[in-house]
Amino acid sequence: MNEASSSLLSVTFATLKKDIRLEWRSKDALNSMLFFSLLVVVIFSFSFDPLAEESRLIVGGLVWVAFLFAAVVALNQTWARELRNQVLDAYRVSPAPANALFLAKVLGNFIFVIVLEALMTPLFVIFYNLHVLGPAWQLIPLALLGTWALVVNGTFFAAMSLRTRNRELMLPLLLFPISIPAVLGMVAGTTAVLTGDNPAHFYIVLLLTYDVVFTTACLGLFETILHAE
Amino acid sequence: MKRGFIILSVITACLLAYAGYQALVVAPTERTMGDVQRIFYYHVPSAWTAFLLFFINFVASVQFLASAKPSRQAVAKWIVIAIAIIGVIAAFLPAVQEQLKSTGMRPSALATTVLMLPVFYFLIGKWFPGQRLDMLAVTAAEVGVVFCTVVLVTGPIWARPVWGIWWATGDIRLTSTLVLWLIYVSYLVLRRFSNSAQTQMLAAALAVFGALDVPLVYFSIWFFRTQHPQPVIGGGGSIDPRMLHILLINWVSFLCFAFLVCWARFRLELLRRQVEDEYAMESLGEAASTGARASLPLKRNAS
Repeated sequence: MNEASSSLLSVTFATLKKDIRLEWRSKDALNSMLFFSLLVVVIFSFSFDPLAEESRLIVGGLVWVAFLFAAVVALNQTWARELRNQVLDAYRVSPAPANALFLAKVLGNFIFVIVLEALMTPLFVIFYNLHVLGPAWQLIPLALLGTWALVVNGTFFAAMSLRTRNRELMLPLLLFPISIPAVLGMVAGTTAVLTGDNPAHFYIVLLLTYDVVFTTACLGLFETILHAE
Repeated sequence: MKRGFIILSVITACLLAYAGYQALVVAPTERTMGDVQRIFYYHVPSAWTAFLLFFINFVASVQFLASAKPSRQAVAKWIVIAIAIIGVIAAFLPAVQEQLKSTGMRPSALATTVLMLPVFYFLIGKWFPGQRLDMLAVTAAEVGVVFCTVVLVTGPIWARPVWGIWWATGDIRLTSTLVLWLIYVSYLVLRRFSNSAQTQMLAAALAVFGALDVPLVYFSIWFFRTQHPQPVIGGGGSIDPRMLHILLINWVSFLCFAFLVCWARFRLELLRRQVEDEYAMESLGEAASTGARASLPLKRNAS
């Protein structure tokens, strides 16, 4: 391992550790995400009140819409935190690689959203009376790849919308159009597994392609965004 | 310059009038769809123009991102050349030709399309140096969104009597056009809400993301059966040669119109930035002169 990659890794893990410790002590992002998606579950269950067969068809969409909105809550906070005390400016002038900061933020958000999903999935099962008909293990790669797709672009666009006038509003406006193929893959894949009608492999491959393409693009362009002056 | 604009406006007006007459009166009525089909002469040229403008926006954005760093510029140049060479060679490989047969496209058409990429890339880089690249990008995006809106409005008007539905959710061309439109609207929103010097870089990055997204959208809906009529040009479908002729006349006049609008918009952007720069210089000069005056009493105090 050469020096450049070891410094990338060490900076990444130092930033990640700092972010997780901050989140562990404040629990800002996780609490707001949890409460937000709980509200979405409850409101949707009031407005639809589906039978078990129907819920299998719609719940894939509901789950991912809830997680998408909740992830935006966390993503909006991820860079705003660094603006206080000019941390981001200090980072910009430091010799640490920009991609290390980006990777740390993505990994941090990924962990938070995965924790949220692990906590919320039982609630969805209870509220919508779910019983999976397809191979349930396929939900795990779908969830991991789908979450990565949301978080990697979300972190990038959150850094982008930091420079705009109304940054909280800007993030979903930038993120949602680009995320359409990923959301389609997640929703259709989850529905395919829940109903067991058709295989979900195609959607897993689609999400994997999406992840590879956009992770590469984010890593290639993040330095430009961070240093854009 | 001014005279050229007026001459082109007159030519465009004549062309549009002639093309409109051809499309509405001269063109033969389609056998099954009837007169509704005539919207095709507006729908298809608008779509081609919009895609061309979005492509110009993408190329200008890549050039703009690349021009920030000399090393990146060299890398981008070689990537573009490599794509062109690989594309042209691939078009004549037997395996690819087999695939092309099912879509009805000729290998030479594919090779020409791929060759357009470096041609566009280098011409745009040559004609629009520095800041002008960004101006070209914003011009192309704005005019492209207008043409794309025309496509999305005329589509359902045609679809209602022919398919019986306004909108076919999950159709590959409809959805990818809609997503393309959404991406470029968000691009314009980003430009509107961020007025700083960084906007250009951010917008260029977003344009690259959008261009990466569109093939994925296409791929993701690809295995649903598509309801949109197969493209009639180069798509293996048959079209009356008179209809094709009128379609191409309409496209030329639409292109002229788009070029005219882009010209005006580009000029506006150029003037707007000149005015902004002059304002900035003026206020800098003022600040310097008032600063000099303000520093006078300080100096007296110090002495």
